[in-house]
Amino acid sequence: MSRFSLSALTDMLSVDTGADRVVPPTGFTARLTLFTAGAMAFLAVFALALSMASGRLASNWRDALAGSATLRISAPAGQMAAQTERALAILSQTPGVAEARALNPDEQRDLLEPWFGPDLPVESLPVPQLIEIRETGDGYDGDGLRLRLQAELPGAVLDDHTRWRRPLVEAAGRLKILGWLAIGLIFGAMGAMITLAANAALAANAQVIQVLRLVGATDTYIARAFVRRFTIRALIGAFAGVIAGLVAVLLLPSAGAEAGILTGLRFQGLDWLWPFLVPPLAAVVAFAATRWAAMRVLEDLS
Amino acid sequence: MCVMAVALQAIHDQTQTGAGPSVIDLEEVGYSYGGGELLTGITLRLAPGSFHFLTGPSGAGKTTFLKLCYGALVPTAGHVRLFNQDVRGLSRDGIAFARRRIGVVHQDCQFLDHLSLAENIALPLTVSGQDRLEAQANLKELMGWVGLSDRMTALPPELSGGERQRAALARALILSPDVVLADEPTGNVDWEMSQRLLQLLVELNKMGKTIMIATHDLGLIRAAKSHVQARVLRISQRRLQLAGADL
Repeated sequence: MSRFSLSALTDMLSVDTGADRVVPPTGFTARLTLFTAGAMAFLAVFALALSMASGRLASNWRDALAGSATLRISAPAGQMAAQTERALAILSQTPGVAEARALNPDEQRDLLEPWFGPDLPVESLPVPQLIEIRETGDGYDGDGLRLRLQAELPGAVLDDHTRWRRPLVEAAGRLKILGWLAIGLIFGAMGAMITLAANAALAANAQVIQVLRLVGATDTYIARAFVRRFTIRALIGAFAGVIAGLVAVLLLPSAGAEAGILTGLRFQGLDWLWPFLVPPLAAVVAFAATRWAAMRVLEDLS
Repeated sequence: MCVMAVALQAIHDQTQTGAGPSVIDLEEVGYSYGGGELLTGITLRLAPGSFHFLTGPSGAGKTTFLKLCYGALVPTAGHVRLFNQDVRGLSRDGIAFARRRIGVVHQDCQFLDHLSLAENIALPLTVSGQDRLEAQANLKELMGWVGLSDRMTALPPELSGGERQRAALARALILSPDVVLADEPTGNVDWEMSQRLLQLLVELNKMGKTIMIATHDLGLIRAAKSHVQARVLRISQRRLQLAGADL
């Protein structure tokens, strides 16, 4: 089989009306290729949207929780204020801590409201005092801070959110990988389907190939007639599929205050341009699949 | 028996001397398929401008022999050289280029039914990417020569047997090949048409083309011998022989 190269690509795709005419149009394989490319492109748009939404989700979670920590102080009611003062003093002396602020009772009530309701008397309950910590870009020495807090404030617990952040970011990252894997599988399935369609077209035109060989046609010439046809069909089908996919994505509910992952599937900003890479990619897949099928069939027929 | 020995010796002498160039050269060629030997020990050199008839009973291997001569089949023994190049050393594209110098007329003609007659005849020009203006001029001249000027837009299924044979001949000639191989070119036509086709082939030979016609129509061979100096070969019992003096 001849080597895949840029010259092979340009040669295969060069406009030759003669080569296009020698193979009779075959309705079944044409429709199959158009439908396959369209359906796969439609799915690829959704997989792309899912992958990008997952990427944004991972980024949001990472940004929202990174660079912050919480210090929880549990102490008898009479010592709470003093320990909070001491903790704030320690934090203000700790390199890498940009800001440390004790949450007021209203803020603490807001945090507990989803679980205990709006009328919770925070002041009368032994609720720990929370201190919100913002890091500098370089961050602080977590182990050193913990040791110091342990020595001076045994009831203080430093939570740098790592145990929350890591699984969330990992989950979002895996969703993103799954999205890309789905795109890869979609293009693989498209290639397989187009290979089958090309094989069917080649088999249906065995006599045409025989005549072309009889009159001195090279394999490249014969393959070109099939490759161009399938590549253009895949391009057109995929473009239609992308438009349909984009319309469907547009029709999804927009991300609101209660937005979950599904409502956040819409592309954002320049990300809307990504789906337009699908038709050329589909064309490349169709080109490679048809050329491979054509060359293999021509080799078998010789 | 004696006549046969002389004939074989004549072929041997003619092919082994190596005198003069050849367009197609077969050396101890054999061809087997499915465990059966179809042809064996065939040695033949087709000189430029020569005229050959190939005869033999049905199933003797005439078509196989012709296919070996234009590289459609690769011999299982011996060597076939097209224009001094061994077909075993040629790539598929190399064989395609060699075929452009060999016009082939098949028994069943084989056209692309969705193309017009003119497009079918011009097919060798199309696949070889030759200049379109020149191609159009060649095409019109050739279609006139084979008497199909008024059938340019007809589709192959609309043609009569004789028209198909003439069209196949025109297609074989459009690239002005050095060799014309015709497999039963008069098989589907009446006597008058077969004479006309024969006359076309004789004219081509007079232009310097090498002609080989596979046929079992002995009348056609006798008719040709009054116009051209032709050598008559026979395939019998898988081997190539010079035909008897009765031809």
